[in-house]
Amino acid sequence: MLYREAGQFKSSYDEDQAIFPILQDRIMLAIVLIVAFVAVPLLFNEYWLSTIMLPFLVFSLAALGLNLLTGYAGQLSLGTGGFMATGAFAAYKLAVAFPEMNIIIVFLLSGVITAGVGVLFGIPSLRIKGFYLAVATLASQFFLIWMFNKFPWFTNYSSSGVISAPPRAVFGDYFVTGSSASPQAKYLFALAFVALLALAAKNIVRSHIGRGWMAIRDMDIAAEIIGIKPLQTKLGAFAVSSFYCGISGALWAFIYTSSVEALAFDITRSFQILFMVIIGGLGSVLGSFLGAAFIVLLPILLSNAPTMVGLNISVDLISHMEFMIMGALIIFFLIVEPHGLARLWQVAKEKLRLWPFPY
Amino acid sequence: MEFLTAIFVTPFVEIVSYPIFFFEVVIGGLLAGVMYSLVALGFVLIFKASGVFNFAQGAMVLFAALTLVGLMEHGLPWWLALLLTIAVMVLLAITVEKVVLRKLVNQEAIILFMATIGLSYFLDGFGQTIWGSDVKVLDLGIPSAPLEFGGILVNEFDIVAAVSAGSLVAVLAVFFQKTRIGRALRAVADDHQAALSVGIPLKTIWAIVWSVAGLVGLVAGIMWGTKLGVQFTLTLVALKALPVLILGGFTSIPGAIIGGLIIGMGEKVAEVFWGAAFGGAIEDWFAYMLALVFLLFRPQGLFGDKIIERV
Amino acid sequence: MDAYAPQKKERVFGDVVLSVDDISLSFGGVQALANISFGVREHQVLAIIGPNGAGKSSMLNVINGFYHPQQGTITYKGETRRQMKPHQAARQGVARTFQNIALFKGMSTLDNIMTGRNTMMHRNLLWQALHVGPARKEELEHREFVENIIDFLEIEHIRKTPVGRLPYGLQKRVELGRALAAQPELLLLDEPMAGMNLEEKEDMSRFILDVNDEFGTTIVLIEHDMGVVMDISDHVVVLDYGRKLADGSPDEVRSNQEVIDAYLGVAHD
Ligand SMILES: Nc1ncnc2c1ncn2[C@@H]1O[C@H](COP(=O)(O)OP(=O)(O)OP(=O)(O)O)[C@@H](O)[C@H]1O
Ligand SMILES: [Mg+2]
Repeated sequence: MLYREAGQFKSSYDEDQAIFPILQDRIMLAIVLIVAFVAVPLLFNEYWLSTIMLPFLVFSLAALGLNLLTGYAGQLSLGTGGFMATGAFAAYKLAVAFPEMNIIIVFLLSGVITAGVGVLFGIPSLRIKGFYLAVATLASQFFLIWMFNKFPWFTNYSSSGVISAPPRAVFGDYFVTGSSASPQAKYLFALAFVALLALAAKNIVRSHIGRGWMAIRDMDIAAEIIGIKPLQTKLGAFAVSSFYCGISGALWAFIYTSSVEALAFDITRSFQILFMVIIGGLGSVLGSFLGAAFIVLLPILLSNAPTMVGLNISVDLISHMEFMIMGALIIFFLIVEPHGLARLWQVAKEKLRLWPFPY
Repeated sequence: MEFLTAIFVTPFVEIVSYPIFFFEVVIGGLLAGVMYSLVALGFVLIFKASGVFNFAQGAMVLFAALTLVGLMEHGLPWWLALLLTIAVMVLLAITVEKVVLRKLVNQEAIILFMATIGLSYFLDGFGQTIWGSDVKVLDLGIPSAPLEFGGILVNEFDIVAAVSAGSLVAVLAVFFQKTRIGRALRAVADDHQAALSVGIPLKTIWAIVWSVAGLVGLVAGIMWGTKLGVQFTLTLVALKALPVLILGGFTSIPGAIIGGLIIGMGEKVAEVFWGAAFGGAIEDWFAYMLALVFLLFRPQGLFGDKIIERV
Repeated sequence: MDAYAPQKKERVFGDVVLSVDDISLSFGGVQALANISFGVREHQVLAIIGPNGAGKSSMLNVINGFYHPQQGTITYKGETRRQMKPHQAARQGVARTFQNIALFKGMSTLDNIMTGRNTMMHRNLLWQALHVGPARKEELEHREFVENIIDFLEIEHIRKTPVGRLPYGLQKRVELGRALAAQPELLLLDEPMAGMNLEEKEDMSRFILDVNDEFGTTIVLIEHDMGVVMDISDHVVVLDYGRKLADGSPDEVRSNQEVIDAYLGVAHD
């Protein structure tokens, strides 16, 4: 009886179209938000905030971005790392060139710049699809990383190539970026960004734009025949997706690691994000978060589990086992539950809905 | 202006002034390209027979090489190590067919593709868990002295690699043309139904094809491993086979070979003569960019089948 | 199905809205269509019949711009052309269904039908991201239109079901719904009743005639069931191996000797 839809009659299409039409879902969301905004910063220590919660938020955003493109619009990309790097460097250049500019604006603009780059590399999607496209997106990955490494202009001619993210404040002197900002401030700032962008994503995917993406994903020819323009739709998906990935990259550099370096966004990063999307659930906003949480927590679990049971395993070995487990999990999910953790959650919810009378 | 000169003038001046050097670069590139072809060949075999784009081909190259070196490090003579590695690759193929392919048989191609990405991670992790991740030297006694042909310097090893690759392709050609299994494989590539009528179960065919791809991977692994040492970066080299495929077409063996040669040569020439204009290291992305631009004009590749859509 | 026959009596048609002139289309060596010409008048229900592989589907594909013929022209609403992009055709009021159902499998019935309205929805990304004011209003207006279609097709109960899970007959109905959502002036139906039982066929015939009656939609349909064809069509075009065999009223076609020899004579299905 915990989770009941019955008795909640919707008297208008407007109500039916609400983002969470079921009361229990709304309550759940409220609880999650309260926990995230109030309980977590109060209860978690700094170590937890900066080594678990921050990467989780940053990854969630990147996974969300890739999920919009791959899960909703059906365009497989292996270039996520390149787009994150673009966002990080765009934010760095903007923040340094315009020290007075509000950091929120800086992040949004870096998202817009990344969107532009994403559109550019999305152009091949008009002629090719599936793994052909995936291979083409590798071009963006390798080219962009090479570019940021090669041209000292991007790092403002720093000699080491590793640069620290400039400290910036919001609301006067409340520092949210750079290494001196408090983990709480960083966390809340990133959380606000991620929460709002997730809401926006949820709105977009249930609009005519999102339906256009899914139509292209499910059957591109039929989509075109009913009047959905492939050009605008696909490039639009690349733009929005890259916008999200770009902001995620900016958050990574400015808030999570406090340093801007292209190396952080190499090809393994792209795969990592793709794995989050697959494990979390293709075509699910919630899944992006679940997948990110899973992949942030897995290595922590793996590196602690052996010591907990008294085994002593080298760091090297753990990282190899991580590869193995990750690979096996991907295969497992694709075979057993291609819709990922998000679907498992939904199934659990449906069971709960019928509980305690399963028939 | 300076930049334009560096792109449109200087390289050509260099090429004309030092033709011998240019030829050396071209030949070096072609020979390196042979090794790309070798990896690409593994992809094509599997794609033709099962429609699976096997992203893990690169991981199979590394895994095969790691197994071989690992066994040799444990004191096995090279021929025994080689035999055991072949056995391991066949076993791997059978396992993959049983555990992965069979379960995903009716899924969309893109799901299978992602599954092979998972497989590639698994293999990378598995290989290194067993054999460790330090760079291993693979020495099968292949000579590597520079040789001179009419003023052009060529590395002996590259020639050995090219000849081995050539023989491998020849052996495969005979296998496909003359043996019953080979003919069945070709039938499968054209039409799954037709293959069934040959009387060989699809799953056997898949296991065979993955084994063959594993062996091709082993040869590629030996070549690359001898050249660069057996290490994780081999998988990155293997990634370069993807643009080769795009150029050559996913279903064409000659395509894989010619695509590999084009990419190998193009990337070397670009790096040596144009690299400076861009600040160097353009080898990192040149192949992918070339493939990307190419895709825009000929999505099916040089030799691929034309893509026709119907409703 | 004879119940619908009387309806045909006092039917009035407008001018020719679609005219196909001398269309030829081939794929490599296969001549799918050879010098085909015919016209469709406003409000008419025109049936294209012919044995398997005759080129019927190809004809529809040419009309809505998916196939590009090597020769000939299409004149639609006064505009003459050889080829166009399918999405342009859609924007000019041509909608269709497919022989092998082409629904968006991962989406619900409601969302599938809503995609039919995509060409009419214009609020941009920013509005959609916020989901307020005009964007919400637009969504609601179109939702209401779509709900009417859902009522009309009697598929209220499967509104939220992913279409991949629906039985064949219902999928066909949803596909019709998606086409109707675009408020087409010209509706192309490729074997809308294939694989249906008698009852389902009757339902579908009724929907088609109602659409034709109520909205004045011009309809071109492909159908193998001659009973249905004779009942609901005003005009019949017969194709065989890419050639046009006959073109006339159902009765004329039925008595055409060539047609009988080539098609009706042999038992079909
Ligand atoms: N995209 C294509 N590529 C190659 N050949 C095609 C293509 N589309 C149709 N054809 C060929 O054109 C001919 C006509 O096909 P079409 O689908 O129009 O027939 P049809 O009358 O609709 O048959 P059916 O009753 O089986 O649906 C057939 O020989 C078919 O193989
Ligand atoms: Mg047909």
